[in-house]
Order: sequence, then structure tokens, then C-alpha cells
Amino acid sequence: MARFNVIVFPGSNCDRDSFHIPSIRGHEVEFVWHKDTSLSRPDVVYLPGGFSYGDYLRAGAIARFSPIVNEIVRFAKRGGLVLGVCNGFQVLTETGLLPGALMMNRDLQFICRHQHVRVETAETPFTGGIHTGSVLDIPIAHKEGNYTIDAEGLQRLRDNGQVVFRYCSAGGEVSSAANPNGSLDNIAGIVNEGRNVLGMMPHPERAAEDVVVSRDGAALFESLEKFLA
Amino acid sequence: MKAKVFVSLKPDVLDPQGKVVMQTLNNLGYNSVRQVRVSKMIEIELDTADREAARVELERAADKVLANPNTETFRIELED
Repeated sequence: MARFNVIVFPGSNCDRDSFHIPSIRGHEVEFVWHKDTSLSRPDVVYLPGGFSYGDYLRAGAIARFSPIVNEIVRFAKRGGLVLGVCNGFQVLTETGLLPGALMMNRDLQFICRHQHVRVETAETPFTGGIHTGSVLDIPIAHKEGNYTIDAEGLQRLRDNGQVVFRYCSAGGEVSSAANPNGSLDNIAGIVNEGRNVLGMMPHPERAAEDVVVSRDGAALFESLEKFLA
Repeated sequence: MKAKVFVSLKPDVLDPQGKVVMQTLNNLGYNSVRQVRVSKMIEIELDTADREAARVELERAADKVLANPNTETFRIELED
């Protein structure tokens, strides 16, 4: 059993789902309010999806200065596991824990649908139990998911194997036709150099139990459990 | 003192909004429009009359929060 801290910002809207999945898997989960100044002894910090502070200024830009975020940065720098999903990914790029930025989708639309992503590396605590090249069906729901980084940064991500998920077809083909939002290099998720901080646009917590269409997101939680065991 | 902070995407960053606005303008017959970039302008009132101090403070604020250095640049205009 692990301890999850789910961070709640004003405007978070996936916090309940992000709480629900680890808790039905037998973990101890606590909500941590953005104004709190300490974490609650987490093994994993979960930054959920939503619209923290209404996405004012830029998605994640204001949340980044919440008191709890300083603690999350400290936790991450000590090697603590941090998972940022959707808005959580945006917050992580704003803090600088992850490189690059998430821009408005190519077609300016909010996209909410099932999406295939290919697992590009199993060498992270979040994907350790998944074969590289596996295709997962995990829903996306965002308007700012168009990942961008400068050429040098992209090269570094590739060289270090930091790209964890790429948008692909059902057959695993990574192409522009399978790219929902214009994301650079079809990037859907990355880790930091230390490999303990993952940001991803797809929502694993929305695809992790039998009552929903896909169970593929459960693989991430299984990997984390294996890593923490 | 009043000031304006203009936050723009770096030239090498693709601007999906600008692209759609340009297509719309072209579709409406504004055929000479070649490129559109959408920026943000933030109006700020400061409780100081010291122009130099105002500029320093706004530069810090823009660096820290108003602009994302990964994708954006900023320019500050102080009003008389």
C-alpha cells in the first residue's frame, strides 16, 4: 500500500477521480489543499486535471505560485514521485520541473475523446510494467495540450529517452493524422531527467476500472505499485 | 503610474490562434494579410511615480509570472 496526495486547486475538476482510482486499489489517499504548506507524507503526489484558477493568464501559471507547489518542487527535487495529468502537466511545466510548454491546440478546440498513445519507454516508475511500444487507449480532454519545446530541448528529450507517451493510431503508428492537437513530435507525456516526475495529457484515472470503456490507464498504477513494492 | 506589458509568442513558436485569425481574414477577402500573431496586453497601475523603479518591478513580474520564458517574450511601456 502506498500513500497518494492529490492536490486540489480552485478549479481542479479531476481530483475526485484521481482520488478514487488509487483508493479502490487499496492505497491511502489524501486531498491536499493548494494553500497547505506541507504535504502529507506522500509516496506519490498527484496533480489532477482541471482548470486551476480558471486557466487565467496561462494554463497552470497561477497555480504554480500556490504555497503547496513549493513543497511539491522540494519533494520532486529529493526524488519524490510526482504525476501531473492534463492541467497537472501544465502546472509542472510552469514550475520548471518539466521542460517545454503546453500551447493551445492546433485547431483551437477543446478535445474530449478516447486517444491511443504509444509507450515510448518502460524505464520510468510510471511505465515500468508496460512493454515499450504498447498502445494504450486513454481519454484526453483539453484545449491546451499542444506540447512545444525548442529544438535543443527536443533533442535532449530524445537523447535521454524522456518522451514517455506519443499520440498514435490504434495500430501504434505515430503520424500527424494520429496527432489530436498539433503537439510537437506527437508528444503526449514526458518525464524529467531524474525520471521521477511525469507529465501527461491523457487521463489514466479515467480509464482504470471495468465500468468504463478502457482499462488501459490502470497499467500506470500497476507500474507505480511494482516500483514502490 | 500606468503601464502596459505586452506579452507575445516568440517568433519561432507556432501561434495556432494567429493562424486561424489569418485564415479567417483571408476568407473574408482581406487578401493582403500575410501573417497574424495574437498577443496579450496587460494593463497595470502602480503605486509609484518613480519610472525606473516601476520598470524594474515590472520586468521582475513579467519574468516571473506574466510571461512564460519558454514560449513568450515581453515588452514594457510606461505611460506618461
